[in-house]
Amino acid sequence: MTGNRNPLINGLLKLHITLCLIFIFTPIAGSFVFSLNSDRFPSLPLGSFSTEWYRLIWEDPLVWAGFFNTLLVGACVAAIATLLGFGGAYTDFRYKFFGKPVYLALALLPPTIPVVIMGLAMLAFLSRVSLSGNVISVIIAHGVMCSPFAMAIIRLRLSQMDPDLEAAAWNLGGNEWVTMRHVIIPFTKPAIYAALFITMAVSFDEFAVAWFVSGLNETLPVKVLGFLQGQVSPRINAIGSLAFVSSISFIVIAQILMRNPESKPS
Amino acid sequence: MLDTPIVHFDNVVKKFGSFTAVEKADFQIARGEFLAIMGSSGCGKTTTLRMLAGLEDPTEGNILLDGKKINGKPTWERDTPMVWQSLALFPFLTVQENVEFSLKMRKVPKGERRERARKWLDRLGILEFADRNISQLSGGQRQRVALARSLVTEPKILLLDEPLSALDAHLKVRMQSVLSGLQKDLGITFVYVTHSMSEAFSMADRVVIMSRGKIEQIGTPEEIYREPRNRFVAGFLGSSNVFDGRLKSSGNEVWQIETEHSSFNLKAPSEVQKTDGSPVAFAVSSENMSLATIGTPWAGNSIEATVVGGEFAGASATVFLETDQGQELKVQKGHDELKTVDIRAGQKLLVHWLPEHCHVLPGE
Repeated sequence: MTGNRNPLINGLLKLHITLCLIFIFTPIAGSFVFSLNSDRFPSLPLGSFSTEWYRLIWEDPLVWAGFFNTLLVGACVAAIATLLGFGGAYTDFRYKFFGKPVYLALALLPPTIPVVIMGLAMLAFLSRVSLSGNVISVIIAHGVMCSPFAMAIIRLRLSQMDPDLEAAAWNLGGNEWVTMRHVIIPFTKPAIYAALFITMAVSFDEFAVAWFVSGLNETLPVKVLGFLQGQVSPRINAIGSLAFVSSISFIVIAQILMRNPESKPS
Repeated sequence: MLDTPIVHFDNVVKKFGSFTAVEKADFQIARGEFLAIMGSSGCGKTTTLRMLAGLEDPTEGNILLDGKKINGKPTWERDTPMVWQSLALFPFLTVQENVEFSLKMRKVPKGERRERARKWLDRLGILEFADRNISQLSGGQRQRVALARSLVTEPKILLLDEPLSALDAHLKVRMQSVLSGLQKDLGITFVYVTHSMSEAFSMADRVVIMSRGKIEQIGTPEEIYREPRNRFVAGFLGSSNVFDGRLKSSGNEVWQIETEHSSFNLKAPSEVQKTDGSPVAFAVSSENMSLATIGTPWAGNSIEATVVGGEFAGASATVFLETDQGQELKVQKGHDELKTVDIRAGQKLLVHWLPEHCHVLPGE
């Protein structure tokens, strides 16, 4: 790794990064430490080491139900959002049409809408079409929120593609669908995988919209709020740690996939 | 059937909105011919090629391939493979898989596919790289992969869009001989688009010169070089000294042309008929003009002009001059021949040339 040539600036930059990382990770690390602490309340000095809280959530059917909901939603959302995102990105890559900037702005808009407004709007809309309070409603809402992420990732990859590549495949005898299968998808494959994992991670952690639309089929983050409202239990630390480990794994996998796009997909 | 041309452009027009990219292209390409389409960027040469490949549809007119109209037929249903300027090799496939691609599209069984691809890799001398990724190859090797990939279906015609423009000078010359050798051996038609005169003239049987969507001249390199049809072609080939005038007297041997400068003599052209008094334009190649000090006696054509500047790099020197009437002249000479004259900006010199070095432009 190359740093700044001035050792003072270099040192300060490194210090800055370190402080940022500490700022971000201290609460998470704290939560992790307290999840393994036997005391009822998170306070210093620490009590003894204990896996009691993990055992409690392991035995709690409500936590499991929430976890499975989250997983189901995440998997469906990843598939739907990546498909939509791919379509959006490919449209941008392939076609020139009137109002394209507007199309792009609208397609990439959802993450900029405040989640509370998004959640309310989703609830209002979905209840009108009788789809609220359902796992499907969470999937729809998260699909809307996540597809811009998938689109951005796949668009980036498509922008690295030689624009002649697709026409070359047509010229060599592949029609548009065959070319899609043999050229466009293989080329964007790393980005497609990355998009699957990122959208899954986003859906996994999303709370506000899920809270509005999930009804009785709560996802894990919504369940956590339920716990907090009832009683402060170190079980939350345990759930938080597990949720953190799973999301960060998705992100890490996505990063690895995006890092080496020229590697030959099998 | 063999007498029908492989390609016939029948009054083809291509418009993009209000912009006319190709204007009434009307020519034929013979079987087994190496045809180069040459022009500067934006002249419509690539559009012409892309229409033949099926990547653009003509706005008007018909394109016939092998006697059959192919307008509107998508590129994947024609067998008109193209070698791209960017090469457009598939980066996620190996060399072998790249070459096999069009066979795979045609559902050729795996074993045969492999066999045929390897034959072409071998023929182009890149068999040893068959299992490599494209990123591991040099520019020249990639070029050969692109050729093999297009030739593997053994098409009747191969389209090439400035395929050598990314290569360095040495490699370019080597690939030129690979290409012309290949074309002769295979006996198939090559349509080669380029902006480089040296590429077009060294390889092609016939050259099409285009400018601003129009075909300016079609002919063998020799014909074009010796007898440019109009001032654009003359300028394009570097014989940029064009004079306009009227035919004063047309003898059997000598024509006398009256211009704004003075009257010039030129050797009567055999293939051009003009009546006395009609406008005539003629070109003099910059290599055929010489410079002398004012007052030097001279029997041929001569004109006084002022030196504007010069370029003295390379094997020959180019001197730019301007006549009193404001016409620009370009004279190209070896350094030795210019030793005797004083070339400084502002210096007046005598520009002279022989009557037989004047070429009447029939298209003007």
